[in-house]
Amino acid sequence: MKLMNLSRTAAFALIGITGAATQATAQLRVVATTPDLASVAREVGGDRVNVVALAKPTEDPHFVDAKPSFIVTLNRADVLIEGGAELELGWLPPLLENARNGRIAAGAPGRVVASEGIRLLEIPTSFDRSKGDIHSLGNPHFMVDPVSAKIVARNIANHFAQVDPKNAATYTSNLARFNARIDTKLAEWQKELAPYRGAKIVTYHRDFIYLAQRFGFTIVDELEPKPGIAPSPSHLAQVIGEMRRENAKVILVQPFQNRKTAETVARQTGASVLDTPQQPGAVSSSTTYFDMVDNIVRALATGLGAQK
Amino acid sequence: MYLSQSGPALISFACALKTSRIKFCLLVCAAVYAAPTVALGQVKPPKSKQDSIARADSIARADSIALVKQLEKELGASGADTSSAASSQGPRATGSYMNIGFVTLTDAGWSTAHDIGAIERGDHDPKVNGFTMPNAEISLDGNVDPYFKGFSNIVLKIDSAGDTGIELEEAYGLTTSLPANLQIKFGQFFTEFGRQNPQHPHAWSFLDAPLVLVRMFGPDGLRSQGVRFSYLLPTSFYTEALVTVANATGGTTSSFRSPDSPEIHGGIIDNRQVEHASDLLIAPRINTSFDLTETQTIVLGVSAAFGPNNSGPSAKTQIYGADLYWKWKAAAAEAGFPFLSLQTEALWRHYDAAQRIAEANPAVILPSEVLKDDGAYAQVLWGIKPRIVAGLRGDFARGNQSAFVSELRRDQSRWSPNFTWYPTEFSKIRVQYNYDNRKAIGTDHSLWFQLEFLIGAHAAHKF
Repeated sequence: MKLMNLSRTAAFALIGITGAATQATAQLRVVATTPDLASVAREVGGDRVNVVALAKPTEDPHFVDAKPSFIVTLNRADVLIEGGAELELGWLPPLLENARNGRIAAGAPGRVVASEGIRLLEIPTSFDRSKGDIHSLGNPHFMVDPVSAKIVARNIANHFAQVDPKNAATYTSNLARFNARIDTKLAEWQKELAPYRGAKIVTYHRDFIYLAQRFGFTIVDELEPKPGIAPSPSHLAQVIGEMRRENAKVILVQPFQNRKTAETVARQTGASVLDTPQQPGAVSSSTTYFDMVDNIVRALATGLGAQK
Repeated sequence: MYLSQSGPALISFACALKTSRIKFCLLVCAAVYAAPTVALGQVKPPKSKQDSIARADSIARADSIALVKQLEKELGASGADTSSAASSQGPRATGSYMNIGFVTLTDAGWSTAHDIGAIERGDHDPKVNGFTMPNAEISLDGNVDPYFKGFSNIVLKIDSAGDTGIELEEAYGLTTSLPANLQIKFGQFFTEFGRQNPQHPHAWSFLDAPLVLVRMFGPDGLRSQGVRFSYLLPTSFYTEALVTVANATGGTTSSFRSPDSPEIHGGIIDNRQVEHASDLLIAPRINTSFDLTETQTIVLGVSAAFGPNNSGPSAKTQIYGADLYWKWKAAAAEAGFPFLSLQTEALWRHYDAAQRIAEANPAVILPSEVLKDDGAYAQVLWGIKPRIVAGLRGDFARGNQSAFVSELRRDQSRWSPNFTWYPTEFSKIRVQYNYDNRKAIGTDHSLWFQLEFLIGAHAAHKF
C-alpha cells in the first residue's frame, strides 16, 4: 500500500512538475475565437483562467487562416468561446474537426456560444447570396454593444462554473464586478455621446448596427454595397450623394478595412474617417474590452464634436 | 500558458520504475488521456449527470482523475454514455441535417498542341480547344450521430466527346469522439499523400493538376476504398501522423494495380485477388507546422505509398513525397489579403516492373526492370489586394529509360503564370497561360480561362 502511495505520489508530482513548468496553478485553458470575447473571458475568469484568442485583433474575423497551430491550441483547451453567429464559419469548423477535443464539442459544458440570449439583429427571412454575405443567424457584430457584452459575460461565467465548479463563486463575483463596471462605464459612455444622439454615420461594413442602436445613431449607408462585397465606384457615388443629403459627417473603419476608400469618400463629403477598431489589442492604447469601447466612444465624440 | 502534454509520457516513465504497479499506472495514464474525452457529451445529458460530467472535466487534476475512474467503474468505460459524443462542427444554419453544395468549373481556351489530352492528362484539366466542363461536384456533409460525421462528393464531368461521366469521388465517415487524439476515416477518399492530392479541384490554385501528381497518381488522383488512422501527437507544435490502408486496385490507383497500368509498364496485367496484407496499399504520412512569426506559417510533410503493381505476381511500387507550404498574411488583412504563399511538392516513384508479356505483341517478353520517375512543382501565389491573386508555377516530371517506352513517362516540364479574380468566395474567374515542353515533341502554348460558381453550403478550406 505504501509503495502504491509512493508511486501515486510520484506520478502526481510529475504531473505537477510538468504543469508547474508552464503554469503556477491549474488554470482553465480557454480559447476564444476573437480578442473581444477573450477580453471578457479574462474579466470573468480572472487568475483562474488562461485565455488565448485565435484571430488577431487587426485581422478581418471573417477571414482567419485555419492554421495548424490552432488545432493544437483547441486540442488542449478546456473551454472554447465562439461568437455563435457564423462569424467564424469560414475557418473554425475544419479546426474543430481535427482538434479531437470532446471537452469543447458543441453542447459540451466547455463550449460557450457567446451570442446565446442576445437578440441578434438582421436575421434574414430568406437565404439569398445575391444580397451579399448575409449570416443566416443574424448580424454577428454584437460585441460592440456593452449590454451584449454583459450577456456574453454571463454565458461565459455559467460555463466556467460548470467546467470548474470549485471556483464557481469566483466566477460569479467576477461577473458581478464586470457587470457593475459595464453599468458605470455605460452611463459614462452614454453621457459622452448624448450630445450626438441622432447623428448620421456611415460605416464600411454593417458592423456597427448594435452600437448605433445602443447610442442612438442613424447609419446612413455602408461603403460596401452589400455585406462582403467590395465598394464599387457607382455605389460610392451613391453614398456620397446620401451623405451630402443627410449631412453625415463621419465614416467608421476598422484596421483591416480599406481606409483609402473611406478617405476618398470623406474628401468628397467633408467628412472625417474615424478609426474604430472593434477588437482589443488592435491599437496600443487598447488592451481590454473597456479600452476598446472607450476608444470607439472617444473617436465618435471627437469626430462628431468637430463637425458640430 | 498551456499545461504540457508530456504529462502522460512522464507518468509512464515513472511507472516503468515500478513494474509491480504497472496496472495502476496504466489506469492513471488512461485516465489522464481519457479525461478530456470521456464523460463529456455533445448530446446534453440530464442535469444531474451533466453536473457530475462537468466536474470530471479537467485533465491532469488528481480529483478529476479519481472521479473519472469512479465514473468509468459506474458506467463502464466503453459505454456509449461515457463517450465524448462530439460533433466538432459549429452551428450551421441550413436548418437541415445535411449541408448540400454544388460547385462547377468551366474551362475555355486554346492550345497549340494537337493532342491536348497528352499535355493535360488530369481528369479535371481542359480537354479540348473550346469549352470543357471538367468538374461539377455535388458535396454533401453532416453529422451522422454523436460519434461520426459523413462526407460525400459526387462528381459529374463532361468528357471531350461531350458525354457525361459520374464518379463517387469521395464518400467517407469520420470519427468525432475517439480518445487519445485518434481519428479514423473510412470509406472512399483521397489518400492523404502530400498537399494537393487530397484537395478537390475547386480548391486548387491553378487550373490544371501538376504534371508530377498526374504521373504518380493518375488523372483522378490517388483515392481508393479503405481506412485512414490519424494521431495528433502531444507535441507543443502541430504534428499529425497518418496512415492509410486501402485497396490497391482500380482506376484511381494508377501506380498500383490499375486496369490502365499497361500504359506504364506495357505488359499484360497479372490479375489476381487480394491474398496478403501486402496486396493492399499502405500510405503513411507525417505533417507538421510552425508559426514562424505572427504573420508567417510553415507546414512540412513527408509521405509514402507502398503497394503491389500488376506487372507481375509480386511486383511492388513505392512512392515517396516531401511537401512544404509557407504563407505570409498581413497582420491587418482585409478579406484575407494581402498574402504571399509558396507551395512545393517533390515525388519519387520506384516501380518494380516484373518480366512480362508485352500487351501490344504477345511474342515479345519485356524484361524485369525498375521504372524510376520523379518530379516536382513549386507555386508562388501573391494575393495582391482583396480577391485578386497572381500565381506562377514551375513543374516537371521525368522517367528513366525502359524497355517499354511509355508515353506517360516522357520527360515534361511546364511554366504556368496565372491570374485569378474572386468576386466573392463563391465564384472565381481565372486565366492561365501554359508553356509546355515535351522531350522529343517540343513546346506548346496554351491559354485557358476558368469560371467557377458555388451554390449551397461552402465547406471551409483547410490551411
